[in-house]
Amino acid sequence: MLTQQDLDALLITLQLAGVTTLILLLVGTPFAWWLARSRWRYKFLIEAVVALPLVLPPTVLGFYLLLALAPDGPVGSLVKSMGGDPLPFSFTGLVIGSVFYSLPFVVQPLQNAFRAIGRRPLEVAATLRAAPLDRFFSVAVPLARPGFLTAAVLGFAHTLGEFGVVLMIGGNIPGETQVVSIAIYDHVEALEYGQAHWLSGGLLALSFVMLMAVYALNRRFMVVRL
Amino acid sequence: MKFLLRSFCLGCGLLLAVNAGAAEVRIAVASNFIAAMEALAEHFTAQSGHSTKLIFGSTGKHYAQIKHGAPFDVFFAADTKRPKLLDDEGIAVPGSRFTYATGKLVLWSPDASLIDPEGQVLHSEAFRHLAMANPKLAPYGRAAQEVMERAGVWPGLRSRAVRGENIGQTFQFVRSGNAQLGFVAYSQLKALPDAGGSQWLPDQNSYTPIRQQAVLLKDTPAAQQFMQFVQSPAGTEIISRYGYESVADDGQ
Repeated sequence: MLTQQDLDALLITLQLAGVTTLILLLVGTPFAWWLARSRWRYKFLIEAVVALPLVLPPTVLGFYLLLALAPDGPVGSLVKSMGGDPLPFSFTGLVIGSVFYSLPFVVQPLQNAFRAIGRRPLEVAATLRAAPLDRFFSVAVPLARPGFLTAAVLGFAHTLGEFGVVLMIGGNIPGETQVVSIAIYDHVEALEYGQAHWLSGGLLALSFVMLMAVYALNRRFMVVRL
Repeated sequence: MKFLLRSFCLGCGLLLAVNAGAAEVRIAVASNFIAAMEALAEHFTAQSGHSTKLIFGSTGKHYAQIKHGAPFDVFFAADTKRPKLLDDEGIAVPGSRFTYATGKLVLWSPDASLIDPEGQVLHSEAFRHLAMANPKLAPYGRAAQEVMERAGVWPGLRSRAVRGENIGQTFQFVRSGNAQLGFVAYSQLKALPDAGGSQWLPDQNSYTPIRQQAVLLKDTPAAQQFMQFVQSPAGTEIISRYGYESVADDGQ
């Protein structure tokens, strides 16, 4: 059966995925909008950087994050000078790592959705005297709804399955930074296969139900044009 | 193209012919023993002519792989538990299990002024994070917990302890400055002459001995020779040099 520590790990994982997805939607939307609309000559450089987490092993990201967030590292010393708590081995540190790690999974679907809209609907809205922000929220966002859904689901799911980054910067503190993937790893290493099964099976069922609900809702959504 | 292929085959054939008397020993070895094992392997190859292939990893993973038929000839574990299991399960060659090294635990900090010679720093608030190996998985972690329990500081330190998956990651936590101090393996400090800082070696009676055992998995002449070499004076000298106590077989 699941112990209290396993349940804690499950809760932390869901929290981490939720917070990360929210932040990425807030930051990723304007970013993806810019990427989709900009004609800047060097845009490809930014696109390459965004796609890096798709290619790099998460351990690479975790390794550099640990160095950057260290008290004498570039980011860590800044945090220290502002009187903040050190970021590694904290939930905040995990969120920062996850935001980098899941960035392409949120930005790319949004970018594609915005690009698919094209300029025409927005031009039409402009001729009807809609201000830029109004055009974005009344025209672009509703048209890009499937893109938002895909971005949110992929961002959440990808963070849920995170392992390498957390392994490098989490410090495996039960109730604070111990996520499900790490807890499963520990159970297997300690030959506690029963508990590993419970936790893995639970995560599998949860993920499946979640995705099923999303896709079922999506079908409904697409039928009823809100 | 044909010519290339033919000369390639010929080359391979020649290589095989040259190596006819030499075999390869596949050694699964716990990550904490990397440096020492590389030195052992080098000496063994020079002495015997047999080549070696080292497969590093965690003892838990190696154990699972060996049970599923991984092609290793010998297994050098980070503890006694897994070799004993393989012994009891009849997977290891009977009577081949022996203790090849006993690890020493050290409390280390890169900060030269943090750790006092008595280890009283554990009672202080002078640090934010203390790194240790996961006590559930790593003997070094369990030993660290025992030392802290004995000093009566474990309940208070629990929330400040960050756990590395193994002793290698624990060392990296301290070395990178993310944890101010940590319980690491003395062999790691030995492997890093420029580590510096401050350290405290807890009395070895204050924690369960960190015995590391090895077993023979395949009874080949080359693998047997390797095991004999590790227990020979030349082998034990190398093991001591890397910061372990090498002990003769204690039958545990």
